[in-house]
Amino acid sequence: MVDQSKVGLTDEPSTMPLERGKIREFARACKTNNAAYVDERSPVVTPTFLTTVNFWSGGGRSPMQRLDIDLRRLLHGGQEYVFHGPPPRAGTELTFQTRVDQIYEKEGRRGGTMTFIETVTEFRDPAGALVAEARSTAIVTGQAPTGGGA
Amino acid sequence: MTATWDELQEGAKAPRREYGPLTRTDFVRYQGASGDFNPIHHDEEFAKSAGFPSVFSVGMLQAGILGCYCTEWLGAENVRRFAVQFREQVWPGDHLVCEATVRRRYEERGERRVDLELLVTREESGGAAIKGEATFVVP
Repeated sequence: MVDQSKVGLTDEPSTMPLERGKIREFARACKTNNAAYVDERSPVVTPTFLTTVNFWSGGGRSPMQRLDIDLRRLLHGGQEYVFHGPPPRAGTELTFQTRVDQIYEKEGRRGGTMTFIETVTEFRDPAGALVAEARSTAIVTGQAPTGGGA
Repeated sequence: MTATWDELQEGAKAPRREYGPLTRTDFVRYQGASGDFNPIHHDEEFAKSAGFPSVFSVGMLQAGILGCYCTEWLGAENVRRFAVQFREQVWPGDHLVCEATVRRRYEERGERRVDLELLVTREESGGAAIKGEATFVVP
């Protein structure tokens, strides 16, 4: 059981530069050679590239890290990205901040009681405009999970 | 060339594409690129201690493959929403099949848009690894 009082927990805003080489590396790891990612001088990010905020923050400061979750019981239930215009490009600096949005429980068929933790990360450009939002659903299982989620 | 507005009728499908077999190297390469170093995806002993038969793929790897599959069809600059739910886990040796279908075609605030239904299937089991949705603008 994860403490419901953690809803609303946020981290301090951080800044992440979007870099051409990281976008190219990420795109290749996602098995695409799309020239829009690997040849452009300032490519847009791929649909899921903003997950690399974890790389920037090192993870230690995110609210999820402060929930003390056993990695052996943690599954990724879902992920959503919304872009309020074309995805941001290499050369842009984005400021991001994550908050714990919801915590709730469901009975699982295979993993016992499952706790769902939804976090939302907002990404803003240097002018403060909201350019993208990420919603992540983490699932903490009561026993070793054998299916569902990744 | 990306698909045109005329081609993107409701029910239109992206060319089906197969990826794989996925390897442990694919998982590690993705983890390095993303910065997610959860050992359950590369450390065999850790995965077994958690009750799994072996390491398994990072959900965000198959999500990333699916996202780039969509942008090859409709354009890297045109994605406005991309959402996935993770279903079956993906294991070393799995082949994945990506599919995308236009479910809604409309205009909103002067922009032409399509909503897509997305699916990643594990070829060996026939089970869904990912069910997803996306929205693209069509210039």
